[in-house]
Amino acid sequence: MKEQLLKLETEALEQLKQCNDNADIEKVRVQYLGKKGELTLILRSMGSLSEEERPEMGKLANEVRAIIEEEIKNIKEKASHHESAAKLKTETLDITMPGRMPEIGRRHPLIKVKEELESVFMRMGYDVISGPEIETVDNNFDDLNAPYDHPSRDWSDTFYIADDLILRTHTSPMEIRVMKEGKLPIRMVSTGRTFRFDDVDDTHSPMFHQMECLVVDKGVTMANLKDSIDQFVKELFGSDMKTRFRPHNFPFTEPSAEVDVSCPICMGKGCPSCHGTGWSMELLGCGMTHPNVLRNCGIDPEVYSGYAFGMGIDRVAMVKYGIPNIRLLFENDVRFLKQF
Amino acid sequence: MLVPIKWMSQYVDINTDDKTLADKLTLTGSHVDAVIDYNKEVINVRTGKILEIKQHPNADKLVVTQIDINESEPVQIITGAKNISEGDIVPVSLEGAVLPNGLKIKKTNFRGLPSYGMMVSYEELGFEDKIIPKESRDGIIILPKDTPLGKDIKEVLELDGSALEVEVTFNRPDCLNIVGMARETAATLGTKFKFPEISVKNEQGDIKDYMDCVEIEDEDLCSRFYAKVIKDIKIGPSPLWMQRTLMDAGMRPISNIVDVTNYVMLELGQPLHAYNLEALEGKKLVARRARKDEKIITIDQTERTLKENMLVIADGEKPACIAGVMGGFNSEISDDTKVMVLESANFNPKSIRETSKKLGMRSEASARNEKPMGHMMVELASLRACQLIEMIGAGTVVGGYLEAGKNDYDAPIVTLRPYRSEMLLGVDIPVEDMLKSLNTLEIESTFDGEKIISKIPYFRTDIEQEADLIEEVGRLYGFENIESKPLTGSTRVGRKSEIRLLEDDMKTIACGMGLYEITTYSFISPKTYDNICAPDDSPLRNYVKILNPLGEDFSSMRTTLIPNMMEVIQRNSNRGVDDAKLFEIGSIFIPKSQPVTEEPYEKQKLCIGMYGNYDFYDLKGIVEGILSRFGIKSSIKAVKDNSTFHPGRTAGLYINEELVGIYGEASHQTIENYGLDHKVYIAEIDVEKILENKNTEWKYEALPKYPAMVRDIAVIVKDEVLAGEMEEEIKNVNPHLIESVKLFDVYKGEHIEEGYKSTAFSVTYRNKERTLKDKEVENIHNKILQVLNKKFEATLR
Repeated sequence: MKEQLLKLETEALEQLKQCNDNADIEKVRVQYLGKKGELTLILRSMGSLSEEERPEMGKLANEVRAIIEEEIKNIKEKASHHESAAKLKTETLDITMPGRMPEIGRRHPLIKVKEELESVFMRMGYDVISGPEIETVDNNFDDLNAPYDHPSRDWSDTFYIADDLILRTHTSPMEIRVMKEGKLPIRMVSTGRTFRFDDVDDTHSPMFHQMECLVVDKGVTMANLKDSIDQFVKELFGSDMKTRFRPHNFPFTEPSAEVDVSCPICMGKGCPSCHGTGWSMELLGCGMTHPNVLRNCGIDPEVYSGYAFGMGIDRVAMVKYGIPNIRLLFENDVRFLKQF
Repeated sequence: MLVPIKWMSQYVDINTDDKTLADKLTLTGSHVDAVIDYNKEVINVRTGKILEIKQHPNADKLVVTQIDINESEPVQIITGAKNISEGDIVPVSLEGAVLPNGLKIKKTNFRGLPSYGMMVSYEELGFEDKIIPKESRDGIIILPKDTPLGKDIKEVLELDGSALEVEVTFNRPDCLNIVGMARETAATLGTKFKFPEISVKNEQGDIKDYMDCVEIEDEDLCSRFYAKVIKDIKIGPSPLWMQRTLMDAGMRPISNIVDVTNYVMLELGQPLHAYNLEALEGKKLVARRARKDEKIITIDQTERTLKENMLVIADGEKPACIAGVMGGFNSEISDDTKVMVLESANFNPKSIRETSKKLGMRSEASARNEKPMGHMMVELASLRACQLIEMIGAGTVVGGYLEAGKNDYDAPIVTLRPYRSEMLLGVDIPVEDMLKSLNTLEIESTFDGEKIISKIPYFRTDIEQEADLIEEVGRLYGFENIESKPLTGSTRVGRKSEIRLLEDDMKTIACGMGLYEITTYSFISPKTYDNICAPDDSPLRNYVKILNPLGEDFSSMRTTLIPNMMEVIQRNSNRGVDDAKLFEIGSIFIPKSQPVTEEPYEKQKLCIGMYGNYDFYDLKGIVEGILSRFGIKSSIKAVKDNSTFHPGRTAGLYINEELVGIYGEASHQTIENYGLDHKVYIAEIDVEKILENKNTEWKYEALPKYPAMVRDIAVIVKDEVLAGEMEEEIKNVNPHLIESVKLFDVYKGEHIEEGYKSTAFSVTYRNKERTLKDKEVENIHNKILQVLNKKFEATLR
């Protein structure tokens, strides 16, 4: 019987090796391990054995059974590996082919910068306010203390709608509108379109954009103005940026200053683009609100003081994105807009 | 303005290098744009006298010259220069010489004869054409007859030093001259300022023998008029030092008399004008308005017709000068002028500006006369010019003077309370420092224990009140030295208007749908209303007109965003971009009346424009998508009579029965007007209406617990039956159990009779309380068929 068992084991293993698929394996399994299988029959005939032989043969038969079962399991696993490998192979993609991108729109770079500036000031506690593009001469010039013979009032500088109506030449009239509402204290920022009689060239456009900031409260000083501008410049351009306050002249502030920031190319070391000064010129104009302006708006300059500053947005956008020509901003070429 | 440091240092002690000076001036308000270095690389160029000029035997255009350079032998130089004569003293670059343009001089042969060097022009020494003196303009530099020979040209012409390019602000016309800048420099550096010493030593005769009077007829345009007479004039070049000083200040030397007037103008800021006395009639000069259609030939030999509001200086008969702007040709100083009148006057700046603008003439003089300067410099400047004329021997000053107008000055008093300075600047500047700053600026100031009392000098027309003085002390203290301090007071959150917040959201949604934001001009050409086929009586044509536009194309404030959108589409299409989806949110302008006398309405519009692989339904989806994100339920009505749009492919957009916008395909004519050969889809929607109707108080709704059942239904109806109406009817069959109805197919063609279409809907049924039974759905579905049949004669496909 022992020989019989060992022979059976050899034959079974040999047959399993020939198997090609699960069906073949099943056949072998039934042949040897099925209810009428050869090994089963041998086990059934175990009764004819002597008392001494029975445990020994029983053990051997079980071992043989385990070996065959183990082998079947191994072969089955192997086969299934083969099968899935073949399947995966047919499923392989060329992952270098282009992705299908959902269409994403774009914000106009100039308007994006405009709104970023507004956000910076909103975070600093300023209200964002919009105003009309067509303004009164009162708001745009007179109440802002612009001298009556100032050239900026000329027809060759300003677009007129009527004697006392113009396209606003700056965002500063928003200061007047807000101050005249009379709700003090004031912390506001206003951005928008402004217009001047300039022919279109690489750096000029008859329509451009400005931002205006105004703070009016008791005890507001130039030291506060400097702090606000420092904060804002660092927020906009990064903490390495330095500012320089140069005395200047604007009709609506006194004292007035222009603010230069470090040259963005050399970061203040001095390079040809900043004429070796380390300063990139005239980021913004600022100053303490002129007492005449406060008075014009019914605010007592002995009690309240304020500061204001304003800047061109188009140039900031052009510097930020490296746009060489202001025309590009208003042409709206899709290939341009796509870049931002 | 160009400030040669050498010149300025005659009136102020400068104790620092140029770069530091420039930085310091910038930080006290005189913005130095550049420091211009006049040092030039010139080696071995010396002065020589032309002894002989002979025609080159082998060349028509060349001459052979012998030059005495103060050595044993003259040198031979061959040249093609035209402006030289025997006896002239010229700079000669000898063998081995180097010129600023890098040119190295070598001995050369010209058609058989050797040339040992080259005569030099100002251009070759690196000067700009616009400042080269008249007589040296066409070639070689002709030096004064008394120039020593053999001298290094660098010494002779003083080719060294530097100048500051200063940006002078509008309020400081007093700094538009060397003396004014010297005053600022003194205050900036804390050094001493000295005004030029002015004295005329040798006057002869009496002005009354030459002229009777000067008069001011129009005092509003001329506040002071002062005249001196100079006789025995010898016109010629001014001395080299004066020429070079003018050149370094950016001005071309002309002749001694003209140079003196320019010199004084640059030095003191007061323009002067010289008249040939013999060309004047009536022995007087009058400052008066021009008569109607009065004419004058100006020094550029152009006849100009004057307007009655222009100020002229006239003799007894006719205008001799357009006051402060340009001289007359007839009375101009010429080479044979013997006696002249020197006018020094103060004019109304605004009038000068208007006149010079109207006549299109702007000069250094008119630019200065356009600024308020006060009348106190008039006499000083005149005497300074007389002093210089005498000094350089250009003529003899006649005794006495003629004058008209104001000659007094009552210095206004402005006070400054030191605590106010601290309140404004945020820094406590000691009173003594303030006094020092003001006094070095020649603003005479004292402290009475409470306030600083300042007498404002005539040249500081800008100082009117306390804040102006605070600026003076602040800028000299240095804004840079003011320490930053954060704002105090309660912290607060910045706010943005409702409409701006809505626009921000709208832009985000539009971008999410693949739209690109554009931004275009607020003014457009009135012709564009034709381009978008607006009828003659269209309200779009009632626009706000710009009275002085940059041109017709920029003369109408837009009443719609569509023309700009069409132009952007046209531009992109012409440039080969074959697909674009664009949007703009911007203002339109609606007049309250015509002509416009009050501020118009400004309304925000959203405009969408697209072309490429899209159709009406893409646009409709975008419009409805945007509205749905604002919780707005809208409806549409077909628009057949808007000529901008296609009559069969356009929808009027309604919210609560109110028209708030329009969208659809651009009409064939509109597309043709823009020269396009493809379809364009356009929408324009009122943003304020969206704000009014928005409902974005989103609230949670329980998710469905029971399953839905979906049944399709396909019916055949006549072509003209509208899908939207069928959808509506289906829903109404059982609004409680029909969750949604969705059109998924429209078919025409085979198996469908001509004039009919098959329309297929997918209907979703759900009961929120329990699972639906097949039977009840079946019933509703049949009911739908009946309703469609009844309303639209629909038959089941």
